[in-house]
Amino acid sequence: MSAVLDHPGGHAHEHDHAQPHGWRRWLFATNHKDIGTLYLLFSFTMLMVGGLLALGIRAELFQPGLQFVNPELFNQFTTMHGLIMVFGAIMPAFVGFANWMIPLQIGASDMAFARMNNLSFWLLIPSAIMFVGSFFVPGGATAAGWTLYAPLTLQMGPAMDMTIFAMHLFGASSIMGAINIIVTVLNMRAPGMTLMKMPMFSWTWLITAYLLIAVIPVLAGAITMTLTDRHFGTSFFNPAGGGDPVMYQHIFWFFGHPEVYIMILPAFGMISQIVPAFSRKKLFGYTSMVYATASIAILSMIVWAHHMFTTGMPVTGQLFFMYATMLIAVPTGVKVFNWVATMWRGSMTFETPMLWAVGFIFVFVIGGFTGVIPAMAPIDIQLQDTYYIVAHFHYVLVAGSLFAMFAAVYYWGPKWTGVMYSEARGKFHFWGSIITFNITFFPMHFLGLAGMPRRYADYPMQFADFNAIVSVGALGFGLMQVYFFFFVVLPMMRGQGEPAPQRPWEGAEGLEWEVPSPAPWHTFENPPKLDASATRVVG
Amino acid sequence: MKTKSSLQSRLVAGAAMLGSALSAPWALAKVNDLPGGPGVNQLNLTPGATAMSLHLYDLHNFVMWVCLVIFVGVFGVMFYSILKHRKSLGYKAANFHESVTIEILWTLAPFLIVVALGALATRAVVAQKDTSNADITIKATGYQWKWGYDYLNGEGQGIQFLSTLDPAHRAMSDAGAPEGDDYLLKVDNPLVVPVDRKIRIVTTANDVIHAWMVPAFGVKQDAIPGFVRDTWFRAERTGDFYGQCAELCGKEHAYMPIHVKVLSQEDYTRWVDEELKKIAAAADDPSKVWELDALIARGEKVYAANCAVCHRNDGKGAAPIKPLDGSAIVRDDDHSKQMAIVLNGAAGGAMPAWKQLSDTELAAVITYTKNAWSNKTGQLVQPAELSAARGK
Repeated sequence: MSAVLDHPGGHAHEHDHAQPHGWRRWLFATNHKDIGTLYLLFSFTMLMVGGLLALGIRAELFQPGLQFVNPELFNQFTTMHGLIMVFGAIMPAFVGFANWMIPLQIGASDMAFARMNNLSFWLLIPSAIMFVGSFFVPGGATAAGWTLYAPLTLQMGPAMDMTIFAMHLFGASSIMGAINIIVTVLNMRAPGMTLMKMPMFSWTWLITAYLLIAVIPVLAGAITMTLTDRHFGTSFFNPAGGGDPVMYQHIFWFFGHPEVYIMILPAFGMISQIVPAFSRKKLFGYTSMVYATASIAILSMIVWAHHMFTTGMPVTGQLFFMYATMLIAVPTGVKVFNWVATMWRGSMTFETPMLWAVGFIFVFVIGGFTGVIPAMAPIDIQLQDTYYIVAHFHYVLVAGSLFAMFAAVYYWGPKWTGVMYSEARGKFHFWGSIITFNITFFPMHFLGLAGMPRRYADYPMQFADFNAIVSVGALGFGLMQVYFFFFVVLPMMRGQGEPAPQRPWEGAEGLEWEVPSPAPWHTFENPPKLDASATRVVG
Repeated sequence: MKTKSSLQSRLVAGAAMLGSALSAPWALAKVNDLPGGPGVNQLNLTPGATAMSLHLYDLHNFVMWVCLVIFVGVFGVMFYSILKHRKSLGYKAANFHESVTIEILWTLAPFLIVVALGALATRAVVAQKDTSNADITIKATGYQWKWGYDYLNGEGQGIQFLSTLDPAHRAMSDAGAPEGDDYLLKVDNPLVVPVDRKIRIVTTANDVIHAWMVPAFGVKQDAIPGFVRDTWFRAERTGDFYGQCAELCGKEHAYMPIHVKVLSQEDYTRWVDEELKKIAAAADDPSKVWELDALIARGEKVYAANCAVCHRNDGKGAAPIKPLDGSAIVRDDDHSKQMAIVLNGAAGGAMPAWKQLSDTELAAVITYTKNAWSNKTGQLVQPAELSAARGK
C-alpha cells in the first residue's frame, strides 16, 4: 500500500527479531522513524483542528455584529486555537522531524531511549482528547486566552482543569522528548561526527531541547498554582486572597518567551540546511550560525517582560526589557545575513523546498521587523493587545515555523517515502499559501495600528473592510493546507510518484542522503565510517 | 451555551447575513471616520491629541523607515542573487564561506542600530512613567463589564459614576445588524476632563484584569484587581476620544468601551458644578420609605444599566444565566434569599456580587424584578431591608 506505512520486514537485509505487526507496530512503536511519522500525522491533525477553530473565529469576524457564535464561544475558539496550535501542532511537529532526522543526520541507529520515545508520543493522545473534549463539558472550553491569565482562570468551568491536566501531559511529553534528543545527540554521534560538524538542524534542536528542559517546568508551576488557587484555597494569583495576578504573567512569560524560540530555532536549522542545498554552496558561516542560535536561546530567557509593558512596571524594568529585547535582533540578523550570503553567487534552483525556504526568509523577516517595533516599549503601549501583535506572531509562527516545516516536508519527504512529490503541486501549494497567508495577516497590521483590540468578538464599523479581507484570506489559506494533505502528503504516503533517488537534491549534504530512499526501517545499525567533513560515509 | 432553537435561528440569520454580505461586502460599510476614534480603513497610528501620542506616531514612522531601508537593502541583495545566480542561467557556484571581518561587521551594524533606536525611545519611556504633579487624579476601575470613574483629586473631587456601553449597541451586536460611526464606542456617562491639564489615571479592577486604553492619548494601562497602577495624559484639544478594553476580561470583553470627553476649562467647571449639585440632590436617604411605582421606575434603570447585559431585558437570561422571569427565588415572599444573592453573588462568581450599588439601588432593582414581566407579585423591598441584610 504505502511506502511509509509498508511493513518494515519487507526489506531484505533486515535481521528481523519479532517485529510487531498491524496496530501493535504503532502502539508499541520504538523505531524512531515510526514514532516520527506518528508525531507528524498527529500534529497535522491538530493543525486541522486548530485551523477549523481559526475559521470559526474568522467567520464571526467577517462582518461587524454577531452572526455565528456568542462572545463566550468566541473566546473559547480563540483560546483553544492558540493552545492547540502551540502545544498540539507546532511543538509535536518539530519533535516528529527530530525523531525522523536526528538519528539519520548524526549516524545513530535510533533515539537513545526508544521506549520513553514511545511514551512521549502516546501521552499526546489523551491530552489532545482532553483539549478537544473540553468543548463538551458544562460551560464549554477554556475561554481565558491561551496565556491563561489569572484571575480570569478562576472564573472558568471544569474545562480549565482539563486544560491544565492536558498541558501537564504535553509538558511531560516535551521534556521526555528533549531528554531523548540531548542524550542521543551527545552520546550517539557516529565516530568523526564532532559537534562542530553536526548538521544545523541537529544543532538547533540540541539547543531547543535545553530550552525545553529549562522552561517547561516553569509552565508546569504556573498552571499548578492556578489549579490550587481554583480548588485548594491557595492565593498565589488570586487578589481576593492577597495573591498577585501580575506574578502569574511573569512566571508564564518566563516560560512563554523561550517557548517562541523553541518553536522557531529548529525552523532556523531546517532553513540553514535547505538554502545551501539548493544554492549548491556551503552555509556561509556555520560557526557563527551555531553561536547565533545559542545567543538567541540565552537572550530569550531575559526578555520575557516585554509581553508586559502595559502592566505598569517601573521605568527601569521597561528600559531593561526594551533593550534586552531589541538585542535579539542582532543574532537574528546574523542568521538572515548568513542565508543571503549563502545564496549569493550560488548556483540556485528553485524546487519546492527552496521556494518555501526563500518564502520563509521573506515573510519571517517581515515578522522580525514587526517584532522590533513593539520591542520599543513606548510604541508597544499603543500596540499591546491589538491586532498588530496578532499579525506579528502569526508572521513568525505561521510564516516562520510552519513554512519552514513545509520546506522540510518537501526536502526530506522523498527520503521518508521513497517517492518524489509532484513539483507542480508543491509549487501550487507554495504560491497559494504565501499569497493567502499575506492576504490573511498583512491587513491585521493596519487593524492593530488603528487600535482594534485582539480577542474581540465584535468591533467598530471602521474596521469592517480589513476584517472581511482577512477572513477571505484565512479561508483560502485553510483550503491550501487541505490541498497539501490530499494532493501532496497522501500520494507520497501511498507511494504514488516518481521513485526518489538516494540523493534527490544535487547540492544536499549530510548522512541522511547516504542511505537509500525510502530510508530502511533500520539505519546505521553499525556506526558508519565518515569522511573528514562528516557528510559522507566511506567504506 | 445557546438553546437549540436560538442557535438554529442564529445560524439561519447568519447564513442570510453571509449571503447579503457576499453579494456586496464593501457596500456594507456605510461608515465615516470617528473623530477621536478609529478611522475607516485607517492604516497607521493616530497622531492623536496629546504630545505623547504625536511623539509615538513620529517615533513609529521613523522606525518604519529604518526597517524599510534595511528591508530593501537585504532583499535587494537576495532577489538580485535569486535572479542572477541561477543554475538555469549557467551560473557556477562560487566557493566562499566564513569571513570574520564580514561577520563582525554584520553583528556590529545591527547592534548599533538597535542601541540607537533604544536610545531614541528611552526619553518616551521615562516621560510615560512620570505621573507626578497631576492636576486631576481619576481612578478608573474595571468591572465585568464596565468602567467606574472616581475623581480622587483636583477639580471635580468626589464625582463618581459608572460608564457602560449603550445597551442599544449591545442589542445591535446580538442582532448582527450594527450601524453608526460610534458603534460599540457609545457609553452612557463619558469620562469628562478639562483640556490642557495633566490628568493622572489610576487604574485598578474589581474582578479580573482589564486595560484602559485611549489610542488618541497614547495611553494604555492594565487595570489589575488588588493593585493600583497609573498613567497620565494631557489632552491638547477639546472633543471626544474613544478606546476599548485591551485585556481579555471574559465574555463581554468587546463591550466595555472608554469614552473621554475633553472640555474647555470653563465648560469643565460648569460640568463639575452640575455634577456636584446632582450628587447632593440624588444622595439617597437609605431610611426613606418608597412608594411601589416610584421604586419600580428607579429599579428599571438600575436593571438596564447593570443586569440586562446577562439576564436580558426580558428577564429570561440565557443558559447558563438563570432566568429571573418566573424564578421562584425572585417571587418568594421571603426577600432574604434574593437579597443575599444580589449582595454576595452566586454560582461561583458567574453572578457577581453587587455590593458596590447603594441600598436604594439594590432595593429598587429587587423590587423591579419582583414586579416586572410575569412576576406580578406586588412585593415591595425597602432600602432599609438591604441595610439590615448588608450587616449580616
